[in-house]
Amino acid sequence: MPEYLVRLVQVHESFRKAELQALADVAGVGIEFVKYNQDSPFCIVRLPSDSAAEAVISRSLLSQGIYELWGQGPTYEALHTSIQELSSSKWLKYESTPFRFTLDGFRGTRTQTEQQAIIESFSYLGFNGPIRMRDPDVSFRVFEDYEDKALEPKHLYLGRFVAASGRDAKTAFDLKKRHYISTTSMDAELALLTANIALAATGKLFYDPFMGTGGFPVACAHFGAVVFGSDIDGRSIRGTGGSARKGQVGKKDVGGNFKQYDLESRYLGGFVSDLTNTPLRLLQHSNDSTNGGYLDGIVCDPPYGIREGLKVLGPREKLNVTERATHLDRFKEPTYIPPKRPYSFTAILDDILAFAVATLVENGRLSMWMPTANDEDVELVIPTHPCLEIVSICVQPFNKWSRRLLTYRRLPESEVSPNAPEMAKKEYEKGVKADELNDFRRKYFEGFKEFERLRQEPTPSEEDMMDSKGISGKWRKA
Amino acid sequence: MKLLTLNFLTCAIKTCKTSPASFPLHPRDCELEVVESESVNLPFLKNILPRLMWDELRVIADELGLPALPSTPPTRDDLVEPSSSSTTTISHAQNAGNAAEGQQQAEEKPSQTARDLHRVLLETCIKEGKLVCGNCGHEYKVMEGVANFLLPGHLV
Repeated sequence: MPEYLVRLVQVHESFRKAELQALADVAGVGIEFVKYNQDSPFCIVRLPSDSAAEAVISRSLLSQGIYELWGQGPTYEALHTSIQELSSSKWLKYESTPFRFTLDGFRGTRTQTEQQAIIESFSYLGFNGPIRMRDPDVSFRVFEDYEDKALEPKHLYLGRFVAASGRDAKTAFDLKKRHYISTTSMDAELALLTANIALAATGKLFYDPFMGTGGFPVACAHFGAVVFGSDIDGRSIRGTGGSARKGQVGKKDVGGNFKQYDLESRYLGGFVSDLTNTPLRLLQHSNDSTNGGYLDGIVCDPPYGIREGLKVLGPREKLNVTERATHLDRFKEPTYIPPKRPYSFTAILDDILAFAVATLVENGRLSMWMPTANDEDVELVIPTHPCLEIVSICVQPFNKWSRRLLTYRRLPESEVSPNAPEMAKKEYEKGVKADELNDFRRKYFEGFKEFERLRQEPTPSEEDMMDSKGISGKWRKA
Repeated sequence: MKLLTLNFLTCAIKTCKTSPASFPLHPRDCELEVVESESVNLPFLKNILPRLMWDELRVIADELGLPALPSTPPTRDDLVEPSSSSTTTISHAQNAGNAAEGQQQAEEKPSQTARDLHRVLLETCIKEGKLVCGNCGHEYKVMEGVANFLLPGHLV
């Protein structure tokens, strides 16, 4: 397979490889990583063909484009030798083609005169076609990779342009230009990235159980999926009460967002519901083949309980006989509001996994976000399920906390280990107040002080850390 | 909400979930609206076809007073206009590789069966009305196209 150079962007580094792998999966092509480094925007991969390369990169958010690799080396001398060896057979093909030749430096620049001299040094390629800076038939690019503040580049590449990325979508779906958003809308780049990693594509059905103003469904619909969603707060779907946008007037709702992007035909609709009492059909037994999964993907950013409450249906305290009778009496009245109670954050994550197992098709994906405090001393616990395999974990770090995009694959029944225990019944935090139920929320509002203290104390023993959050499967923060 | 959604919805009450009567939910006093799409989403119809609960969808169509759906579900081949299949073989051979699949689908023309199915599942919406569980009789209201499945305190 030929080698290609992917010019990545230097943001959300831990998502980049996961995205490329996912896009190769969507396109149904094999991808092999030859050279990849978190600190470099230059990644070398093997792909079967130019059309495969285009299929992969045209949807990518975290790259600028893909180039056929013509040569590379630590110095210009080495680069020229490498080009002779790798690509001399291809030179003739572009002998009279209108072309463009440009230079791209990472962490370094060249003056106009230097650029010209560098480009001239490639004259042995024998391109005699007209130079066209606009709309050329073929385009070449020299890439210079510098160490920070270095005077000379440490590595050089020459590539023939194959395809541009889909990064434009980041601007097209920018929240600043979206009609209807809320305080917790996921930024467009990350929402689109989530859709890519969850393999949203034409012909597929996607669902978001915490849709809010519909950012994730919109992103999935952009990539061709048919989408629907739900939220426990009907106001966010119906859109009465307006948007978080200052001074906005008039009716704004989730449907309006789909109209804005001309994606209405892919939006099935939204409904008001609670994940712990979902109206969606659930697979009752894992061996029930007649009533299999129907969702190709689930994408969500569950409420963290910081800016939006983490609540489920049900009264805070068990109802007594008279209270029950009152609810029974009144629930049909138009002004009746169903009671809601705060819920454990670890429990909702496990509920999402169980829901995914009961609704996803085989190999369908669940991509969900999970916030965690940044502390080396506290074990990071990733929720797991015997029927789900972790595909990727991508981290977006903030100052004192970070959030992770966890992506799972629904294992076909044949791949689920027969010895895997049914998901263990776990003890979740008990209580009626949000702080008692949500560790992350409590730490957040305490300003993560606990960790400063922990850092000074000796590390707790292994035993103490086991199941500190009551979840099996442990990942140590990388 | 588009009618396809009903293919996935049951009663939200946990004790109803195990009862076959809780699916499908029965639409009652419904105001429908047809939002026409410019084109038929053929790849989606093909993909979703095996996941349709056909008998239940027939019941829903009947209860809404829509034209009756055929007694047996169409096959994937029924969704494609027969004349368009010959061109696809040629294009497939030319573009050997994975990119060909998308092009192949783009060149296929939806049949009348596909257009009818698309109209019912993906263009017909419930604007106002109720969805009723066949097991417990609980009514879920649909307002402005948004169904409300929140349960009252005594049913959680």
